[in-house]
Amino acid sequence: MAVINGEDVSASGKPLLQYLMETGYDSSRVVVERNLEIVPQDQLEAVIIQDEDSIEILRFVGGG
Amino acid sequence: MMSESKTPESGVREQGMEAVVISDQKLNYGIRAMMQERISREELDRAFDARFPKEMRRKLRGGRVAVAGLGGLGSNIAVMLARSGVGKLLLVDFDVVDVTNLNRQMYLIPQLGKPKAEALPEILNQINPYLEYESVCVRVTPENVKALFADYPIVCEAFDRPDQKAMLVRELLTQCPDTMVVSGNGMAGYGNTNEIQTAQLMRRLYVCGDRKTDVGNGIGLIAPRVAACAAHQANKVLQLLMES
Repeated sequence: MAVINGEDVSASGKPLLQYLMETGYDSSRVVVERNLEIVPQDQLEAVIIQDEDSIEILRFVGGG
Repeated sequence: MMSESKTPESGVREQGMEAVVISDQKLNYGIRAMMQERISREELDRAFDARFPKEMRRKLRGGRVAVAGLGGLGSNIAVMLARSGVGKLLLVDFDVVDVTNLNRQMYLIPQLGKPKAEALPEILNQINPYLEYESVCVRVTPENVKALFADYPIVCEAFDRPDQKAMLVRELLTQCPDTMVVSGNGMAGYGNTNEIQTAQLMRRLYVCGDRKTDVGNGIGLIAPRVAACAAHQANKVLQLLMES
């Protein structure tokens, strides 16, 4: 189990990008932090979600 | 005092591309000098000290804050920080003042067509002509984030487009290791302002807003909620400065 935005999620083994797409995030509008490190945009596909990972996904909406 | 306080400190410079000075520096210099003739630094300081602890003015005066994006959020944030006496503001935006900005941004009809990086210091100098304002008229990209912001302990993200907001926050957190980021996210429409909140979501990231109302969903940006979100951001900046 990984913890994503504070909730236990069984997504271990999945690339981050795949998880984002499956859960309806637009990857260009998010900032992803994994174990207190920001994941660079070009690493979203390569980084595989591991058990015990603590992941924060921050989604941005338009307007400013 | 003459030489120091009347220096034109609100010039615009281009960074990361050809160095083209686009501001009418004489105009800003004129406004700054005119305002300084109307009111002395001592008068402004006395008015502040009569209401707040001296320690507060000292801390805010020593503050250095960057505002990225000078639209509804950024122009309001900068005005609130100048009114609060924050010593140095870096103002970054590539755009010009448009008629569609008047419903929520600080700009005035005589400023239509002017670069925001030039129009905003004109307003700030009429609020406090003894603070330092530096403007850069440039589009922020991953390539110039470090050069623009790494020296600033606090950066307010005040962009409009969601992909640009995400890009800036991501790049600030990775390229500027000593910088706290205060971001605005979700303030469209006229729903309950109580939904606009400040939350620390990462060690160096505070996010202000309702985090859901998207201008892309057909609800426009309206002055009160935009100002409420900007006030959350400006107040978090003051808290961070007072804690430092």
